Amino acid sequence: MVLVIAEQRDGAVNRASWEAIAAAQQLAGDAPVVVAVAGASAAGAAAELAAADVREVVVLESPALQAYTADGWVLAHTAVIADTNPEWVVLPHTYQTRDFAPALAARLDRTLVTDCTAVRRDGGSVVLTRPMYQGKLAADVRPLGEPPWLLTCQIGAFRADAARRGAAPAPVRTQEVAIDAGAIRQQPEAPFREAKQAVDLSQAERIVAVGRGIKGPEHLPLAQQLAEALGAEVAASRPICDAGWLPMERQIGSSGQTVAPKLYVAVGISGAIQHVVGMKGARTIVAINKDPEAPIFEVADYGYAGDLFEFLPAFTAALRGS
Amino acid sequence: MKIAVCIKQVPTREWQPRLAEDGRSIREQDVAWELNEPDAYALEAGLRLREQHGGDVVVCAAGPDRVLPVIREALARGADRAIHVADPALGQADAMAIAEALAGAMRDEAFDLVLTGLQSDDQGHGQTGVALAARLDRPHATIIMDVQIADGRVRVKRELEGGWFQWVIMPMPAVLTIQSGINQLRYATLKGIMAAKKKEIRTVAPAAPVRPRIEILSLHVPAKSKRIEMLNGTPQQAAATLVRRLRDEARAID
Repeated sequence: MVLVIAEQRDGAVNRASWEAIAAAQQLAGDAPVVVAVAGASAAGAAAELAAADVREVVVLESPALQAYTADGWVLAHTAVIADTNPEWVVLPHTYQTRDFAPALAARLDRTLVTDCTAVRRDGGSVVLTRPMYQGKLAADVRPLGEPPWLLTCQIGAFRADAARRGAAPAPVRTQEVAIDAGAIRQQPEAPFREAKQAVDLSQAERIVAVGRGIKGPEHLPLAQQLAEALGAEVAASRPICDAGWLPMERQIGSSGQTVAPKLYVAVGISGAIQHVVGMKGARTIVAINKDPEAPIFEVADYGYAGDLFEFLPAFTAALRGS
Repeated sequence: MKIAVCIKQVPTREWQPRLAEDGRSIREQDVAWELNEPDAYALEAGLRLREQHGGDVVVCAAGPDRVLPVIREALARGADRAIHVADPALGQADAMAIAEALAGAMRDEAFDLVLTGLQSDDQGHGQTGVALAARLDRPHATIIMDVQIADGRVRVKRELEGGWFQWVIMPMPAVLTIQSGINQLRYATLKGIMAAKKKEIRTVAPAAPVRPRIEILSLHVPAKSKRIEMLNGTPQQAAATLVRRLRDEARAID
C-alpha cells in the first residue's frame, strides 16, 4: 500500500498534492493507494481528494491539528502510518513537507528521499531519481532499511492531470488522533503577506529575467533595454532580489511569483530548481548563459551559450531592426 | 547564549562535475571546495545574535579532514570555536547520517540555539537541520527569515510559499534552518584570519558508526526533457536567428 500525505489550505488541495497522487499511483502498480489529509477544513479537501482512484481518504482530526505545526503533523502522521502500515509514503516537496517530513522519518527511524523526479520499478526493487549538485547531476538512488520508505516529489516532476480519477468517489474516513497539546512545542501565529504586490508578473505576456550572471546592478540596463524592445516585464531570480538590485516583488520562483508567460528570457540564470518551478510553465523559454551545462538549458526551447554582455545588445538591436 | 552553527563543505558553484570510476560518486581530486552558501547565512545569523545577546558561536561540521578549510574560514569570520566530527565515511554521506554524526557530538554541549542553512548545494536533501532537531529532541522551524529572542523563547519568521510568512514561537533550546539572503554576509578580515589560528577546533569521532540511509546506484547528467535549439555563430548571427525563430516559429513576438 502507498500512503499519500496531501496538503490543503482552507479546504483547497494544492496541485502538488495531485502530483504526489500521480506519483503514488505509478509507484503502487496494482497495490492500493490511501490519501491522508490533516488540518482545519480537511474534510472539505477530502471531498475533492475522493475523486482520485484510491482505496480511501483518511481525514486526521484532533483539536491540536487546527493550525499547521511540525510537531502536530509528525504525531498525526506517525499515527496514520502505524494504523495503515504502508510500504511507501509519498509527499509533495513543498515548504510545509520540508518542515516536518525529515522529523517524521527520524521519529519512525525510516528513510526519506527528497525531491524525486522519477520513480521506476527495476525488477523487484524501486529506483528513485533525484537531482544532486544543484541539478548538475541526477542520481538514481534506493532507500535503505525497512519500510515504510518516505519520498517527496519535486514540484512539477509528475503531472497532476495524470492522477487517475475513480469511477465513483472513494470512501472518506475520519480518524481521531489523540495528540497531547503539550507535546506541540511550536506556537504558530496567523500567516500573513507583506505589502501588496504592485507588480503582477503572472499577467505579463513576456518576461526578461536576470540572474547572478548579470554580475552587478550597473548591468541591469542591458536587460531593461531588451525588455523594452520585447514589450516585456523585468524579473529576477532570488539572488538578485536578495542583493537589492531589483525589488522582491519581481522575484520568480518558489519563494516569489509563479508565471506562465508567452515568452520567458532567462539571462544569466543557472536554473536552480527553486527558480525553475516558478517559470517552467512559460510557452517559449530562451536561455542565455555562459555555462553550456547550466540546468536552465534543460527547460529552454532556444539557448545561447556565451557571453550575455555581448549577446544582449545584439538581441536588442536585432529586435529593433526587425 | 550558546549558539551552534552547522556548516558543510561543498563543491564550488563553478565546479563542472566529473564522476569517479564507480559511476556513483564524484571525483573528489578535481573539486574546488567552498562553504555551503546557505550555511554562510546561518553563520551570519549566529554572529549577529551573539552581537545582540552575547555568548559564543560554535561551528560544527561533519566530514573528512578536507573540510578543515571551511571550518577555519568560519572561525575567521568570527565564530569562537569549532567541533569537527571526522570520519572518511561522512564525505558523501546522506543527510540523516550527517545529522546523527552531528547530534552525537553536540548533545553534551547544551546549546541554546542551533542554526543550519536550509539545504546543501551538493546532495541537497534539505533534511539535516530538521533531522538533527529530532535526534537532539529539540523543537525546530525551517526557512527562517528573522529571529527574535526573549524570555527563554525564540520567535521566528518562517517563509511559506507564494509570498506568505508566519511567526512561530518556540521554547529554547531550538533548531532553526535559515533562509538564504536574509542578511549581508561578512567576510574574513586579515585580523580574523590571524585570530582564527588560535581558536580551538575539537576533533571527535562519530559517537556511533556512520549508518547510511540512501544508496546511490548511479550518477548521470540529467536527461534533457525538451529538445532545445542552441544558437550558433557570432552574437549578431545568433541574435538574428533567435528573432526569426521567436517571430515565425514560436510566435512569441509580433
